[in-house]
Amino acid sequence: MAAGSVFAHVPRAPPVVVFRLTADFREDADPRKVNLGLGAYRTDEGQPWVLPVVKKVEQKIANDASLSHEYLPILGLPEFRANASRIALGEDSRAIKENRVGGVQCLGGTGALCIGAEFLRRWYNGTNNTATPVYVSSPSWENHNSVFANAGFKDIRTYRYWDAAKRGLDLEGLLEDMESAPEFSIFVLHACAHNPTGTDPTLEQWKQIAAVMKRRFLFPFFDSAYQGFASGCLDRDAWAVRYFVSEGFELFCAQSFSKNFGLYNERVGNLNVVGKDADNMQRVLSQMEKIVRAIWSNPPSQGAHIVATTLACPQLLTEWKDNVKTMADRVSLMRSELRARLQALGTPGTWNHITEQIGMFSFTGLNPKQVEYMIKEKHIYLMANGRINMCGLTTKNLDYVASSIHEAVTKFQ
Amino acid sequence: MALLQPARLLLAAAAPRRLCLAPGAARASSWWSHVEMGPPDPILGVTEAFKRDTNAKKMNLGVGAYRDDNGKPYVLNSVRKAEAQIAAKMMDKEYLPIAGLAEFNKASAELALGDTNEVIKNGRYVTVQTISGTGSLRVGASFLQRFFKYSRDVYLPKPSWGNHTPIFRDAGMQLHAYRYYDPKTCGFDFTGALDDISKIPEQSVILFHACAHNPTGVDPRPEQWKELAAVVKKRNLFAFFDMAYQGFASGDINRDSWAVRHFIEQGINVVLSQSYAKNMGLYGERVGAFSVICKDVDEAKRVESQLKILIRPMYSNPPINGARIASTILTSPDLRKEWLEEVKGMANRIIDMRNQLVANLKKEGSSHNWQHITDQIGMFCYTGLKPEQVEQLTKEFSIYMTKDGRISVAGVTSGNVGYLAHAVHQVSK
Repeated sequence: MAAGSVFAHVPRAPPVVVFRLTADFREDADPRKVNLGLGAYRTDEGQPWVLPVVKKVEQKIANDASLSHEYLPILGLPEFRANASRIALGEDSRAIKENRVGGVQCLGGTGALCIGAEFLRRWYNGTNNTATPVYVSSPSWENHNSVFANAGFKDIRTYRYWDAAKRGLDLEGLLEDMESAPEFSIFVLHACAHNPTGTDPTLEQWKQIAAVMKRRFLFPFFDSAYQGFASGCLDRDAWAVRYFVSEGFELFCAQSFSKNFGLYNERVGNLNVVGKDADNMQRVLSQMEKIVRAIWSNPPSQGAHIVATTLACPQLLTEWKDNVKTMADRVSLMRSELRARLQALGTPGTWNHITEQIGMFSFTGLNPKQVEYMIKEKHIYLMANGRINMCGLTTKNLDYVASSIHEAVTKFQ
Repeated sequence: MALLQPARLLLAAAAPRRLCLAPGAARASSWWSHVEMGPPDPILGVTEAFKRDTNAKKMNLGVGAYRDDNGKPYVLNSVRKAEAQIAAKMMDKEYLPIAGLAEFNKASAELALGDTNEVIKNGRYVTVQTISGTGSLRVGASFLQRFFKYSRDVYLPKPSWGNHTPIFRDAGMQLHAYRYYDPKTCGFDFTGALDDISKIPEQSVILFHACAHNPTGVDPRPEQWKELAAVVKKRNLFAFFDMAYQGFASGDINRDSWAVRHFIEQGINVVLSQSYAKNMGLYGERVGAFSVICKDVDEAKRVESQLKILIRPMYSNPPINGARIASTILTSPDLRKEWLEEVKGMANRIIDMRNQLVANLKKEGSSHNWQHITDQIGMFCYTGLKPEQVEQLTKEFSIYMTKDGRISVAGVTSGNVGYLAHAVHQVSK
C-alpha cells in the first residue's frame, strides 16, 4: 500500500458500556467495591457458579469415547434443537406435535436474534423489505437495536414500556404504540424478566397485548434469555410465549441458555420458529441454513451437548430445574433483603418495586447524579440508567449497598 | 392469521414485492408461503446418498474432514491432553471479551506470522477470535464493507471454496474471479492469473488461499508467489488471505504460511483468516481468528474497536471451549511439539495416499498422466475426471465425490486405495 493507510480514517469506537463498567470495577482497588453492572449470576460469595448438573454432564461428555469434535449440522445438534424447543414451548405443545416448530441452534441469545433478524429482513413482509418497522421497548437491552440495524432494517423505533413516574409498566402507552404501529411491524418482546427494568406484563396484560397484535398483524419476536431464572419455574416464565403460540401466531423466539444453564461462554442458544404448518417450516429452515452457512457455517458443539444431555435425561432435567430454582431463590432473597433495609433506613421514596420486579435486574429509579455518586464515592458499579444486577448483592454487602443507596438518594434529588 | 390484503400495504416508498392473498385464505395463510425452498447443498447431497448406499466397498470422498487410515475421525492426542489440563483447572464459564481469548489471539497471530515477525514485535496488528474460518471471513468481509471505502469488489480464484461467494455477497460485497486452475494441466494457470490480476481495477480486494487451495489442491510455487505479490503491490490491491490448512498442507507450519509472510515482508498489509478446524481437528468447536495487519499500534486499536462493534450484534462474544484448547496447545512447549508432530502425521498420511493412488493407477495399467495427484497438496484433489465419469464411479463402484471431480484424499485409506485406483481406471481408460 502507498504511504497512507487504507484504514487511516477508521475512528475509535466507544467501548460497550457494560463492559467498560466491569473494566473500571476490576481496576478499582477499594475493598468495599461491588459490581452491580454485568448480567451474570453470582453466588453469595460473589463468585461465578458452574451449575452442579453442568459439572456432572461435562464429566460424562469427557468420558464418552464416542464423542469427537466433528462438525454439527448447519442448523445444529438435532437433540439440542428438539429439546430446547420443548423447554420453550412446553412438553405438551401442540405446535410441536403438529410439526410446525423448528429450531436453529445459534450462538447464544444474540446469535438467535441475529439469525432471526436476517431471516425477517430477507423473507418477511415481502422479500428484502428493509422498510418494515422494528419496535424495541423503551428501554431495552441496547444490543437489540444493533442486531436489527445490522440485519439491514432501516426503521427501528421504540414502543413505550417503562413508566418512570410510577416505576412500572406503561401499559397504556405500549398498547397505544401497538395500535398506531404500521401493520406487519415487528415487535421485540421480552418473554420474561425484562432487561433492564425487571418489569413484566401480568398474564391479563399479555392477553391484551396479544389481542392488539393479532388485530394489527404485528409480528412477535420474543427474546427469552431468563426462562426459569425469573420466577424459578420454567413453565411460568414461558407463559407469554406459549400463550401467543396457542393464539395462533407465527412467531420467533430467541432462546438463550447463557443464564439459566450458566453456560455464558459456550454460546448456547436456539432460535425457535413457530409456523402455520410443517411445509412452511421445511422451506423456512432451508433458508435459515443459507443464512447460517454464510455467518458461522455450523454452531459450536460443546455447549449444545451439555444442554441436550441434560434435557434428555429425566434425572438430570430435575437436577437442572433445582439448580435454576437455587439461583432464582437467591435473587428473590436479595430483593426482599434490600427492600427491607431501605425501608428500615427510611430511604426517601417507595421501594416495593425492588421486590415487584423480577429476574436478574432491577431498575432502581436512581438518577444519573445518584448513580455517579454510587460509583465514584461508594465504589458501587451500576448502569447510568439505574439498573442493578441483583446477583451482585450478597449477605455481606447488602448493608453497605443499602446505606449507599440511602446516602445517594438523600444527598441528591 | 396474517391476512395480507393488497389494499393495506407496506409503508415503504421502495417497492418490495407485495403479498396478495385472498381474504378467504385468512386462517390458513402464513407469513412464509412465498419462501422458496433453498437449493440443496451439493456436498451434503453426496453424503446423504453415501449413507443410503448398502455396498460394503462404498467410499465417501466428499467429506472435508480428516480421517485416519481406518477411515475414522481422529481426535489428536495433543487435544485430549489439553482438554484434560483444562478440565483439571475447573474454570468458570464467564463470558469471553467480544474479541475472544487474548492468549489465543496472540498465539494465533504468532503461529501465522512467526513470533519474531516485525509486525508482532511492533504490535501493529489486531487479531480477534472468530467462529472458525467461516466466521473469520464473515467478520472480515463485513469490516471491509463498512470501512474499505475504495471498492466493493472482491476477486476470488476460479474456482474457490463454494462458501466464499455467499459470505462476501451477504456481507454486501460484489464477487469477481481471476483465472487460477488450468483444467488442461490440472495445475496452476500462472500466466492466466497474472494476466487477470494485472487488469483488476486498483484498490480492489483480492482473496488468496494461503496454502492447500480448496477445491483444487493446486498452490503457486514460491517464485510464483513472489510475482503475485509484486503485481498486487503494483496494482495497489488489497490482499485477503484465507488460511484454513496451516501445517496440514506440507506438514510444516512455516512453509505453509510462507506466502502470507512474504506479502507482509513486501510491505503489503494483508488481512488474514485462520481456521483450526482441520489442523487441530477442532471442527465443531469453531476455532478461528481474523487478523488485520495495520500501519501502527494506534490504527490497530482503532480497527479492533470497530471489529468489536461488528461482532457484538452477530453473537456478542465467541465460544471458549475450542479456543482454550488451541491456546493451551500453542503456548505449552510440550503440547505444541506434540501437535506439530501430529499435524505432520496427518499431512504425511495424505501425501502417502496421493502417492499410493498414483502408484496403483500405474499398476492398473492407466496410460494417463496422474502426476497432478501428487503435485497437488492438502486435503483435496481435483482429479480431472469429468461429470459423466464421476457419475459412473458413483453408480458402478459406490464411490462418492462432487461432480467437479474433487476428491477428499482424507477419505482414502491404505485399505481402499487399490479399489479406488481400479475404479478410476475403469471409468477413464
